[in-house]
Amino acid sequence: MATPAIEFRGVSFARPGLARVLDDFALTVDAGDVLALVGRSGAGKSTLLKLVNRLLLPDSGVVMVQGRDTREWEPIALRRRVGYVLQDVGLFPHMSVADNVAVVPRLEGWAVDRVASRVHELLELVGLPAPTFAARWPDELSGGQRQRVGVARALAVDPPVLLMDEPFGALDPLTRAELHAEFHRIQSHLRKTVIIVTHDMGEAFALADRVGVIENGRLIVCDRPGAVAASTEPLVRQLLDALPAIPRPSATPSP
Amino acid sequence: MRALFTFWLSHRAELASLFGQHVLLVAGSTLAAVALGVPLGIFAARRPRLASPLMAVASIVQTVPSLAMFGFLLPVPFIGGVGARAAVVVLILYGLLPIVRTTIAGLRGIDASIREAGVAMGMTPRELLRQVELPLALPSIVAGVRVAAVVGVGSATIAAATGAGGLGEYIYRCLSMVDTTVILAGAIPAALLALAVDGALLWLEKQLSARRRSRSRRAAVTVAAAVAAAVLVSSVAAARRAGGAIVVGSKNFTEQLVLGELLAQAIERDAGLPVDRRLNLGGTLICDQALVSGDIDVYVEYTGTALTAVFHQPVSSDPGAVFDTVRALYAKSGRTLLPPLGFNNTFAILVRGADARSRGLRTIDDAVPESARWRAGFGYEFVERPDGYPGLRKAYGLRFPDSPRVMDLTLSYRALASGQVDLIAGDATAGLIKGLDLVQLEDNRHYFPPYDAAAVARAGVLLRYPRVRTALERLSGRVSAADMRAMNYAADVEHRDVPVIVRDFLARVQ
Repeated sequence: MATPAIEFRGVSFARPGLARVLDDFALTVDAGDVLALVGRSGAGKSTLLKLVNRLLLPDSGVVMVQGRDTREWEPIALRRRVGYVLQDVGLFPHMSVADNVAVVPRLEGWAVDRVASRVHELLELVGLPAPTFAARWPDELSGGQRQRVGVARALAVDPPVLLMDEPFGALDPLTRAELHAEFHRIQSHLRKTVIIVTHDMGEAFALADRVGVIENGRLIVCDRPGAVAASTEPLVRQLLDALPAIPRPSATPSP
Repeated sequence: MRALFTFWLSHRAELASLFGQHVLLVAGSTLAAVALGVPLGIFAARRPRLASPLMAVASIVQTVPSLAMFGFLLPVPFIGGVGARAAVVVLILYGLLPIVRTTIAGLRGIDASIREAGVAMGMTPRELLRQVELPLALPSIVAGVRVAAVVGVGSATIAAATGAGGLGEYIYRCLSMVDTTVILAGAIPAALLALAVDGALLWLEKQLSARRRSRSRRAAVTVAAAVAAAVLVSSVAAARRAGGAIVVGSKNFTEQLVLGELLAQAIERDAGLPVDRRLNLGGTLICDQALVSGDIDVYVEYTGTALTAVFHQPVSSDPGAVFDTVRALYAKSGRTLLPPLGFNNTFAILVRGADARSRGLRTIDDAVPESARWRAGFGYEFVERPDGYPGLRKAYGLRFPDSPRVMDLTLSYRALASGQVDLIAGDATAGLIKGLDLVQLEDNRHYFPPYDAAAVARAGVLLRYPRVRTALERLSGRVSAADMRAMNYAADVEHRDVPVIVRDFLARVQ
């Protein structure tokens, strides 16, 4: 069996002076899989992501990325192999769109031409044609466009792993649906290992190969969307019930 | 207005030189404050526990009056002493607070998600600082630099008190003249400089704000650097003075400027040596320290002042005994007191001529009954000195209802003339006594010790340059009280140039 891309083994983590965020947590993500983690705010979802790119280290247990303990990874090298997309994007306001996307390639010391062609390629990939958007500034973009730039920036040096922390949380439903479609398109090309954190079960079903539900620092279910939808766990039912009823076209009264 | 332009026109070379020195003082100290303050701010922004004590210390430093700071630094080796060095140190200390504060504020103001994005992208702390944090904090830092530079332009005027040069020299020099418009000769260029610095840095700050394009940011930085370099180079050129072998100092009132110039011209003419003039130093203590530290080689002191203020000896009224005591004390510390110049500049208790005539006041004793209704105004030194006000009050039984107003010595003449105070302690040789119709009351109880003016020099310099000793000795006994009063009058009331007054005098007596 191939080494899982990401693996949590018996991971516990507590903020100093606060209750445990994660308690004996176990999780495996296979290479090329998209895992969505769903849970209430404060359930420990973002902490999980930060343990993967070593923004945090576990109190006990082991987090393995590509078969290596994060404690053994050199943090800078690890982070450059793990793309990270935040809800509020965190684009650098003093850099143009192209410069934002070019940050990690430049840190990696790429040649100027290679950076330029990579930026061009990435902007096309996320649906922001370079001639129009490369020279724009973050404050000249809509929320959806900013998030596309955030994705392009995270993918810049082609990292095998992508972490997305509520990436579409702040967007309106139409834009979100558009970006979900884009995500599928991009992922079908790239086959990255992706962990997406969301509090929206609908989004999880729309994007993920597998869906995990977290409560009080424990993984309650982690399975194919169909299996999760059929789960009898009370919390999973609660989260599913919170989904808005989707009006079907057939239900629309005919004129 | 006309007088002002005439003054500028006739002093244009000097004006350019002083302006250049001023710019250099401010630019040098501000650059150094940036070099120190920005790293300090970065350091403090990351350690919140350190930030508040650091800011507290910086705030306290800022509240120390600049003149006090200069005085405090005088005896400190390396950074202290007289001249531009100490001034730059003081200006750096003043500039630190705004720069540290705005650096901290700029760094703390950066959105947490932006910083987190940088870290998560695999930036090292150094890369994060250089590529993200500093560029985003830059407008805020430039705002601090602007405050530091503008405050620096103002504080640098006070630096003239320690011989650092700059436009402050005009302000100090003009304080002793009756015509107040001449003060503007130094104040207006200083104010214009402050406005220009403020405007230029405000422009830069706007260019650098995060919403602007990086190409225009880069252009703005380039323009700013080019302008700064041009200003610095031209200031260096303007500020350059002929370096002299002998450094002549003086205190900061008219008579001392005249005497300093007198020593300088005598040395230049008779000894044939180049002279560096560090005139207008803050006071007795500053001149004495400067002589000890070697920042100056010679200046004119008064025997009574040396006895009491420098050596803390009991007051004596015998001129010969005082001279011998002081010469011996100077000799012990490697300094030589040359023979007296020929006049005694005792303290003169002065009242308005109108008061003296209407009440028939002739001696200090005559003024004692009046003192119950009078206000007195004295210079800083006079209030403190053992041969000053405390002893005077006891010796004559003066009883002013309020404690005396303490003011700048040269301003006190005008305060008396304009009726703000009724009695002052001036210099017996002050030109303003005649100029403002003031009357000196006789010291009928012989309270004041003799204040015979005499040059005091570093012994080593006289040994190395015997011609300097000869030149200085040639002056002994040549300057009478009437000569001195006439030269002070020419400078203070007639606004004649001091070098010209001295040249005419030397041509006449030698």
